[in-house]
Amino acid sequence: MNRGTSAKAGETSSASSSASSSAPSLTSSIAQAKRWYWQRISAMVLAVCVLVHLAGIVYAVRGGLSADEILGRTRGNWGFAIFYCAFVLAAAVHVPTGLANIAEEWVALDRRIALWLSRAFAVVLLVMGLRAVVAVVT
Amino acid sequence: MTEPLTVMVWRGKTEGGFTRYVVPRAPSQTVLDVVTHIQRHLEPSLSYRFACRVGMCGSCAMTVNGVARWTCRTHVSKVVDASGRIEIAPLANLPVIKDLATDMSEFFDKWARAKGQFKGSRSRHDQFAIVEPTSRERADANAGIECIGCGVCYASCDVVSWRPEFLGPAALNRAWTLVNDVRDVQQRERLSAVAGDAGCHACHTQGSCTERCPKQIAPTLGIAGLKRRVARAAVRGELESWT
Repeated sequence: MNRGTSAKAGETSSASSSASSSAPSLTSSIAQAKRWYWQRISAMVLAVCVLVHLAGIVYAVRGGLSADEILGRTRGNWGFAIFYCAFVLAAAVHVPTGLANIAEEWVALDRRIALWLSRAFAVVLLVMGLRAVVAVVT
Repeated sequence: MTEPLTVMVWRGKTEGGFTRYVVPRAPSQTVLDVVTHIQRHLEPSLSYRFACRVGMCGSCAMTVNGVARWTCRTHVSKVVDASGRIEIAPLANLPVIKDLATDMSEFFDKWARAKGQFKGSRSRHDQFAIVEPTSRERADANAGIECIGCGVCYASCDVVSWRPEFLGPAALNRAWTLVNDVRDVQQRERLSAVAGDAGCHACHTQGSCTERCPKQIAPTLGIAGLKRRVARAAVRGELESWT
């Protein structure tokens, strides 16, 4: 019988001895701290954006929900455009840090691969989000 | 109370299995009492670790019914199930030496890696430093200073199992008490040591350490404090300037 947690502990011992020889450099630790900082700042922006977005939905559906009605409200509305650009930007900043952590811890992806994949995903989010904003404003 | 206990005890190292023992009940019986009874009367070759028996030394932590606990202060009545059964295993996230004894070297090495040593600037010839008892720093240090190093938080932390290099709640709690020690002179080195993936920023604030700490310390709070301090220093470029 193999005790799962003990097996992990065995791995801990061998992995950590290799980790101490190739311990995370200060540069990567500082980069991680900065990523955490921007994840937190973007979370603060997202918290406000989500509340405004939900309030907007509740307000918008009162007069019925049709494409004409939505576009009538959003076309040429630069306040709307600026708000949703900020929303999309905050999401694109916030998401990759968490995704990279999940990929690294749950899927055991290499840190650099996880970071680049998550950044690629953030670019997709940014492009799709901004494209949607442009589509309803212009 | 009179029904004997059925105790399943882990025997072996990483490879091994649970062995069943029947132990008589006693008033105010602790889990450590049960293990000691087995070792003295039923299985002399059983290995386990304890010292003070009063919750001070942090030696006797084990996994009891799947949960890390200090066994000397855990009453059997608190953990026994309806069928009178208890399962006792070594702490998780640590290599097993034999039976219930784990190798805690890595656990304590991480305290050192987190710059868990105090370094002051005064000598015995200087006056004592004056630390205001009601200051924020003193209060924050007090909140974490009673750690006995039992390893319960470390064994309960999922991030330790996912990231073997993660310093863990106890080492980071120690670092937090020193970050709040106004006499200490190696603060930037410490903030650098606890930064990033192996340090405080890997914590997901799941709170298992705080939930299970037998001394009611909240390492989660200290780690959150470290995240803020380190990130602020990193963004301001203070950690780069130190190197």
